[in-house]
Amino acid sequence: MGRYLARRLGQALVALFGVMTLIFFVQRLTGDPTYLLVPETATQADIEAMRASLGLDRPLLVQYGAFLADMARLDFGRSYIQNVPVIDIIASRLPYTLQLAGGALLVAFFIGVPLGVWMAVRRGHAEAKGFMGLVLAAQSMPTFWSGILMIMVFAVWNQWLPPSGAGGWKNLIMPSVALGLLSMATFARVARTSVLDELSKDYVRSARARGVTTGRLVRRHLLRNASIPVISIAAMEVSQLLAGAVIVETVFAWPGLGLLTVQSIVSRDFLVVQGVVLLGAFVTILLNFAADLLYSLVDPRIRLGGTS
Amino acid sequence: MSAAAQGLRERLTGRRRGPGSRAVLPFLAIFAAFVLIALLAPLIAPNDPNSQNLMGRLKAPGVTARNITYWLGSDELGRDLVSRLIWGARISLSVAVLSVALSGVVGTVLGMAAATARGWVETVIMRLVDVFLSIPAVLLAIITVAVLGPGFTNVVIVLALTRWPRYARVAYGQTLSVANMPYVRLARFMGASMPRILFIHILPNIIGAITVVATLEFGLMVLFEAGLSFLGLGVQPPTASWGAMLSVGRNYVGSAWWISAFPGLCLFLLVLSVNLIGDHLRDRLDPKSR
Repeated sequence: MGRYLARRLGQALVALFGVMTLIFFVQRLTGDPTYLLVPETATQADIEAMRASLGLDRPLLVQYGAFLADMARLDFGRSYIQNVPVIDIIASRLPYTLQLAGGALLVAFFIGVPLGVWMAVRRGHAEAKGFMGLVLAAQSMPTFWSGILMIMVFAVWNQWLPPSGAGGWKNLIMPSVALGLLSMATFARVARTSVLDELSKDYVRSARARGVTTGRLVRRHLLRNASIPVISIAAMEVSQLLAGAVIVETVFAWPGLGLLTVQSIVSRDFLVVQGVVLLGAFVTILLNFAADLLYSLVDPRIRLGGTS
Repeated sequence: MSAAAQGLRERLTGRRRGPGSRAVLPFLAIFAAFVLIALLAPLIAPNDPNSQNLMGRLKAPGVTARNITYWLGSDELGRDLVSRLIWGARISLSVAVLSVALSGVVGTVLGMAAATARGWVETVIMRLVDVFLSIPAVLLAIITVAVLGPGFTNVVIVLALTRWPRYARVAYGQTLSVANMPYVRLARFMGASMPRILFIHILPNIIGAITVVATLEFGLMVLFEAGLSFLGLGVQPPTASWGAMLSVGRNYVGSAWWISAFPGLCLFLLVLSVNLIGDHLRDRLDPKSR
């Protein structure tokens, strides 16, 4: 276990380092950030002064070293617009995105997993096919459209829910559903496939032969054995949710990190955008690491066999 | 179809008609219709998609104003939605085709190179793939567009840049499984050059898996383009893009539902049909996933 943990931790650190390197070079190679920061009327002298004050006139490798040093100190720089540390801005918006992601995950998990199990157990029946159609539709639904449709139906035509903004729990319903639908489809598919895999195994047949009912079979045997792929997907889906939040938060004017990203792009507050993207990458790497640990606990073959 | 005819058909086409293979036909038709609409946009669009008509603003579907009948309504500048939807199909499909082609070629070549070269080339390429895949693609696309600036070409470049690792990973795995087969080793013994082995002997055997990835990515690229345009980071106005139309429509949900309803419906139908075709292809070409 110790060796597996160490190796996996090493991989996570390499990925983290790689992400920071990638983001640094993507910025520097695709453009000069100075132009994002100076007003459009700036003269060449203004641009040079800004570049010097940002340290962008130094050699690339020196800048890279300074960037990594800042990252190691968790220093994401200061917002050019608000003149506040980026990390403070992110911290003030993070709770909203966490609420939204949590709501979406609830929707995705508690609709998706039962749906997937149902589709597997009742495979070939009409209702299972109908559910499959539903899942495929949810998967192809652009979140910005489902969001707008929901606003239209539930907020404009019937004033049941508030159309946008943050407030009580009612504000959270529509964004959570819009964001959760896509993940719901993924959960349903993965749950279906892994339950189908289990259904073809010998122990299921012998349990059936002993007269175990389908409900008991699902609860006592299938769900436990089919949970590993669902765990791994949950980790990946959380990072998808964080990315999907950019659009959903824009649709519903939900003041989380996604809306912050879009606002910062519009106001050319580049370090804030960079901070959010780095945070998203950190979270993704962390979740994948946690998922790997979790299933090495559930399934000892993973840490002993050495296959990754 | 009789059993004999079915058998003959199987022998001729070399494959069995699986259950549900007929169910994909309507979606193939929908996809083909979108492609045709995109190709023929200048011929079939009833009006200029960018011509404004301030007397015809926010007209409901079917209303006629100034001798123009707005079959699907008009937008906030009095532009004909039918025509904008038709031209929007062009943007959606061309961005998707170009970005899938670009990321597919780059990813496949790099993945194959990593699997055959081994050593440090393999390490560098596959670590890079890991790194790219650990950043949520939407965020990577957004940060790159933010630096690069919006616009058609940049969107294609950004999408290709963020999506090539998917192909690289598949090409890598597939190539590894083929590269040690006797016929490939034999080709190497007989002095075939590396490019020849890669493109004549290995590529035809892995192209099926790549095609499946490409089809499933295609729908994603359509959604990404629409998403970027929705955020104002994609194709710039006045060019018609479904995503940008939706973002305008969001401001008129109360008064003009049609501005957001129809572009959304088009996106949904296009992506749904592509995804179903992709699923179908995967079942056909990759029996393991069934």
